[in-house]
Amino acid sequence: MKRAGFAQPWLPILLLIPQLTIIMIFFYWPAGYAIQSSFYLQDPFGFGSSFVGFENYSDIFSSGEYRKVAWFTVVYTFLVTFLSLSLALLLAVKADKVIRGARTYRTLLMWVYAVAPPVAGLMGVMLFDQSAGPLTEFLGFFGWDFKLGVNYNDTATAMVVVAVWKQVPVNFIFFLSGLQSIPRSVREAAMIDNRSGTRRFWDITFPLLAPTAFFLLIINITYALFDTFGVIDTLVKGEPGNNPMTLVYKVFIDGFRGNDLGGSSAQSVVLMVLVLALTVFQFRLLERRIHYT
Amino acid sequence: MADIAETIATPKPAPTPKIKWEAVTDHAILIAGALFMLLPVLATFTTSSHDPVTIHREGLQLAIGDQMGTNFDKALFEKGGFTDNVNGITMLMNSFILGIGFAVGKIVIGMMAAYAIVYFRLRFATFAFWIIFTTLLLPLEVRILPSYEVIQSMGLTNTYTGLILPLIASATATFFFRQFFRSVPEELVEAARIDGAGPVKFFIDILIPLSRTMIAALFIIMFVFGWNQYLWPTLITTDENLFTLVRGIRQIIQVYSDGNSIPEYGQAMALAIIAMLPPVLIVVFFQNWFVKGLTESDK
Amino acid sequence: MARVSLENIRKVYPNGAEAVHPSSFDIEQGELIVLVGPSGCGKSTLLRMVAGLETITEGTLTIGDRVVNDVDPADRDIAMVFQNYALYPHMTVYKNMAYGLKNRGLPKTEIDAKVREAAEMLSLTEYIDRRPSQLSGGQRQRVAMGRAIVRSPELFLFDEPLSNLDAKLRNQMRIEIRALQRRIGVTAMYVTHDQIEAMTMADRIIVLNAGRIEQIGTPSDIYNQPASTFVASFMGAPPMNLLPASYNGNGVATIAGGSEVKVSTSGSYQGGVQLGVRPENVSLSPTDRANPLTFELDLIEELGASRLLHGRLAGHSFVVNAPNDADIPDGSIFLDIPQEAVHLFATDTGKRIN
Repeated sequence: MKRAGFAQPWLPILLLIPQLTIIMIFFYWPAGYAIQSSFYLQDPFGFGSSFVGFENYSDIFSSGEYRKVAWFTVVYTFLVTFLSLSLALLLAVKADKVIRGARTYRTLLMWVYAVAPPVAGLMGVMLFDQSAGPLTEFLGFFGWDFKLGVNYNDTATAMVVVAVWKQVPVNFIFFLSGLQSIPRSVREAAMIDNRSGTRRFWDITFPLLAPTAFFLLIINITYALFDTFGVIDTLVKGEPGNNPMTLVYKVFIDGFRGNDLGGSSAQSVVLMVLVLALTVFQFRLLERRIHYT
Repeated sequence: MADIAETIATPKPAPTPKIKWEAVTDHAILIAGALFMLLPVLATFTTSSHDPVTIHREGLQLAIGDQMGTNFDKALFEKGGFTDNVNGITMLMNSFILGIGFAVGKIVIGMMAAYAIVYFRLRFATFAFWIIFTTLLLPLEVRILPSYEVIQSMGLTNTYTGLILPLIASATATFFFRQFFRSVPEELVEAARIDGAGPVKFFIDILIPLSRTMIAALFIIMFVFGWNQYLWPTLITTDENLFTLVRGIRQIIQVYSDGNSIPEYGQAMALAIIAMLPPVLIVVFFQNWFVKGLTESDK
Repeated sequence: MARVSLENIRKVYPNGAEAVHPSSFDIEQGELIVLVGPSGCGKSTLLRMVAGLETITEGTLTIGDRVVNDVDPADRDIAMVFQNYALYPHMTVYKNMAYGLKNRGLPKTEIDAKVREAAEMLSLTEYIDRRPSQLSGGQRQRVAMGRAIVRSPELFLFDEPLSNLDAKLRNQMRIEIRALQRRIGVTAMYVTHDQIEAMTMADRIIVLNAGRIEQIGTPSDIYNQPASTFVASFMGAPPMNLLPASYNGNGVATIAGGSEVKVSTSGSYQGGVQLGVRPENVSLSPTDRANPLTFELDLIEELGASRLLHGRLAGHSFVVNAPNDADIPDGSIFLDIPQEAVHLFATDTGKRIN
């Protein structure tokens, strides 16, 4: 609040009402509903539900399939985060360095931000098409018989590639702006102190990018967990079958295909806890270490 | 002394620039990166100019064919979907309604709330703050099923309200404006109060004009975010007249996976291009605002 | 410690702008040379070319006995203190100072000894484990100095190192830097836009204007014998009065619309001149004499040690620096301008003629 704040009693409440109403109806109510129904077992035919305590949760954690999906989610999140971050960092460092065409490169490397994940997925489907996809043909050239939607690992590979493609621009934009906010004189001081450009990058530039990188790490984990839904749904063509899926996708499948409201809600709650933990971790670490100023 | 120096300085021929291999590598990497980003979309675009039989036989096409006009025409005006009553134009319009409705709603509500939190002495300000900012933590995807149940019980499925409002229920814009308002110099409110401006006047005459770039930046981000929504529209709209373009992609995929007859590949590609064109153009043309908005909104 | 020599150094940017016209000068061993000029005059560009942070378009730069035009900044054996200090924000004071030494492969014990010695010299010992963000402006400035000192370079470069400090600290650091440079006897090149800094610190001053060297000389040369109207008005506060006048080539100048002033000169120039007088060289004349210089007073500015009288002489604005015990009469004030205090500059070239 500002020092010279206004003292009117009713205006701020009026201003807050729209936001609070929408949040109450569309955020807290569903969130509470999720927590509540995670303790109930829904009758599959829609005739009421019964309280089952933590049974839905224990079902989840004892389910081999859930563990398999969880494990895939971890691997998938790691790969997407790691690959898109490192690729974007490489491109941002180069884009920051070149003088000629810097603006053009920036545009060319960031516009994909605006492409919707399912559109990216659709392009993935075409590129990895089993009979005529150019990438399938290219991989076949190396003896890799790529079978999207049939082979578990091949499908997973396609999911990672498309998700990385879609995420590089965001990381690129943040890294580039992070690089540009490093004072020029600090880099110049480093040039006088150290001859090797590579060493300068790891000694000076990278540590100064750490706050950006850490922020992006969280953003990317969230992205891989939640926002890749469209990519996955299109790549498996809406029919998961034996294909890999992430935890969020499973919430959707169990809830809407399996009509298992309780189980799906329990999974939602698990995800909520996960996100909360991630956020707390982010704030703690951010406060503790990474900020220099 | 300077004069002497100048007269002595004989104009040497400009030194021939040495090829800097480091710079060449840098550009090579950047060009490779740009191609990685560009080629899939380019292939989609060129493919959209061919007839379905060619595409079915030979896959993605890298040269421009002669069916461009036909495919885009069909994508926009031919009724398709399950019940044959939705065309590209309708979906395009729905996408704009979702994108703009979402962006405007979010900005208006967020600005009002942020103004209340930053500029007023409010007893329960901290409480309101936490109520609002907790929503930053949980994306819609994790509470998707209960949200759906709630909307359904309110009878809002297949309405624009049901489509847009739940997406607005998060505090990104509020947080963004809160940060910005806090960076506005304190003296401004004091000066305005001395000039006799009340809270409403201050908001309309000073704060909103001051926030113009911020609003523009946020509008771009939110428009793109709304336009690209997939999961929520998929659930909440079963009436094809409410389909957005991105929602329509799901239909394309399903036709694609049927595999009985030769699907209208060219038309599908054309629709994909139409679905990405407006947000991409906005981001490219307003990239300075967009980048500013994105990097300054970090939580 | 080395002699530095610039021969016809020139800088042209890719867009064709000539930031530095061909310039030559030498810096003697152990000398502190100050480059001074208004912003955009090319002084920083010149310094950055010496540092190797900007490429040299043309000319030869020698440090010691090496031509270093194409030598990497890290290999030029220089150290630089930046305007905003450019400390590494993620490193402690110790590491900031040690970084350059570590990269040059010095043994750890030697680095430690050098860093601790420098920290001692700059009274930084108790802050040695702090990060720059935990230091005050003056302390950061010292760390930047320390980082340069530990390297014991051939040449020290200062790029407006004091401009981010408040006035009091600036005065103090000015003296400290000067004393330090004398003590270690290092050759130094110092860039500033502050003429007081230039006057007080320099062995020799180089005045730059629009990418050209206007004058090179000791502070007293620059002050007493400014080579051009630019130098005359840039160096000295309050600046020199410049009045349009004409010169008859024979020891008498006539102020436009006013009286004659005697000038000591040896040149044969005749015609339009700018007549320059420093405010502190003018005295109030007690009596009316023949051919009076009548000063119309508008405003008195009290400086404490003296007073600045703002007014007009023959219709041109004119400033007199009067001792504060001087009697200022109510009516017309008559001025006395000693012959040796008059500077004459040709109107067309702006160059000094006497």
